[in-house]
Amino acid sequence: MATANVLGVFAHVDTTVDAIRELRAKGFADLTVYTPAPIEDIEQEVERVRPLSKVRLFTLIGGLTGTATGFFLTIWSSLIWSLLTGGKAPVSFPPFIIIAFELTILLGGLSTVLAILILGRLPKLTPSVTYDPRFTLDRFGVAVTCPPEKADAVGTVLRSAGAEEVRR
Amino acid sequence: MSAPERGTTTPTWADVNRDVYRTLITAGNTYFAWMVLVALILAAGVFAWGNQIWLGLGLAGIRTPQMWALYITNFVFWIGIGHAGTLISAILYLFRAKWRTSIYRAAEAMTVFAVLTAGLFPLIHVGRMWFAYWLLPYPNQRFLWPNFKSPLIWDVFAISTYLTISVVFFIVGLIPDVAAVRDQSTGLRKKIYSVLALGWEGSDSQWRHYRRGYGLLAALATPLVLSVHSVVSFDFAMALVPGWHSSLFAPFFVDGAIFSGFAMVLVLMLPMRYYFNWYAYITDKHLDAMAKLTLVTSLVLTYFYLCESGTAWYSGEVYERASMFARAFKAYKYTFWLQYFCNSLVPLILFWKKARTSPVILYVVSIFVLIGMWLERFNIIVPGLGYDFYPYTWGIFLPRFTDTTITIASFAWFFILFLAFIRVMPSLSIVEVKEVLPHPVKHAHGGSH
Repeated sequence: MATANVLGVFAHVDTTVDAIRELRAKGFADLTVYTPAPIEDIEQEVERVRPLSKVRLFTLIGGLTGTATGFFLTIWSSLIWSLLTGGKAPVSFPPFIIIAFELTILLGGLSTVLAILILGRLPKLTPSVTYDPRFTLDRFGVAVTCPPEKADAVGTVLRSAGAEEVRR
Repeated sequence: MSAPERGTTTPTWADVNRDVYRTLITAGNTYFAWMVLVALILAAGVFAWGNQIWLGLGLAGIRTPQMWALYITNFVFWIGIGHAGTLISAILYLFRAKWRTSIYRAAEAMTVFAVLTAGLFPLIHVGRMWFAYWLLPYPNQRFLWPNFKSPLIWDVFAISTYLTISVVFFIVGLIPDVAAVRDQSTGLRKKIYSVLALGWEGSDSQWRHYRRGYGLLAALATPLVLSVHSVVSFDFAMALVPGWHSSLFAPFFVDGAIFSGFAMVLVLMLPMRYYFNWYAYITDKHLDAMAKLTLVTSLVLTYFYLCESGTAWYSGEVYERASMFARAFKAYKYTFWLQYFCNSLVPLILFWKKARTSPVILYVVSIFVLIGMWLERFNIIVPGLGYDFYPYTWGIFLPRFTDTTITIASFAWFFILFLAFIRVMPSLSIVEVKEVLPHPVKHAHGGSH
């Protein structure tokens, strides 16, 4: 199925938000919004219809794996070679909490980064067709993927919302 | 073209890109002169270390009872320096302190490089550093595992976790900025930055996971940074040595770490602001905020000093009292009183409003604080080991040529990393500075928040 990509370049936050709202109201849901920095107003508008990012699930699983690994490693290794130090029992929990804590943070942090990469589809080897270098400078972009026959309608919406440039 | 002079206009978003990018393409003779100087000092340090590996640790004056001496002093000092960076990048991020945005990148770089410097010292100190991997838990034929009840093993875990998480947090923060640099550069430079930016485009689907993940990393780094210097303090507090065996040590070390770290941030940021002409980004407000934090941590530290001597005094413990007395009035009395002067008295000038925004005063205070905090680590370790329970085992340590050279070279190693960093990577966060600048809006009533 052939699709068209229409890109509107915006100079302002409020016009970008208007465009997103307008497009959604007209039934165009396949949007990509480019911003030089995360802007709360735009973020709220974009995220309104989406479930929360799943990154936290990765963090939780990674963290719990770390805790389990820390306790397992310390307890198991003290049991197979019962080294009595300071008259304490081979399995003494208080010092093992430190190892478990550090591994919780370590694996939790690493799996969070993994989540950013996997869920955000990074590294992205080929640039998107609608990307423009100005989107890391001071311009916002709203790209719409739609059937070719609707491209003109999308262009009109973008322009009326205040896009300084519309291209296909 | 240069940044607007101080106090004239607020920079626009495009100004931010321009002002950061120009730091990557111009390097004057001053920069290369500094690079050559620190490289020479570093070379001297490498030579001294090689010599010590060849001839033995006696060259560093390490013998009973002074088995820790300067190397562990440097280790604790440098780990502490790193703490302010994580405080600014993670804790102040969670508190949404807007002033952090223009200093956090350099502070975070400082953290990574300070931990890299600190990590060298246990290796230098163990002598046969090619056996250092024995500290790591790895499967082996004889089922020998590290003693997880030893504070030194906790240290290995705490420091390597801290290094890993700091590096990861630092790199994640850099990605959108490297993409901005990529889009400004040309030729080979563009190719290199394109690879490093991982194809970042700033699309909504990238930002939503990135923002979540970044917040979670900050939330993980916060308890981590508080735990790291606590664990380092356990190296001392878990021992029975008088003057070390104290439940006060964890918060005492963490506060001192943040205090010294802020001093180092100022030492790095003030020249950067001057040379890069970043007066529009690092304003008097930023200096004032950093100075206030330095002052607060100094006052807390003074409180801990009072507690420390008070505890010794009222403990009724002859060894505690003798150890405190020895530190204040015996062989190391000068370093002891100089430490109090640098850490408790000098920062008091920051109560004066003008001092908090004067770069010269701030710089001088920071240097005093760095000296004072280095001496604090020295005064815990050396006199602590030198005057313990039994006068027969007492011993004086004096720095030798080898360990002094390596100590000075550790600063060179830190600065060479930092200087290299500010030439190749954006040392001001392009994205986060844009977040706090006024956003471009067309109709003022609707857009801003």
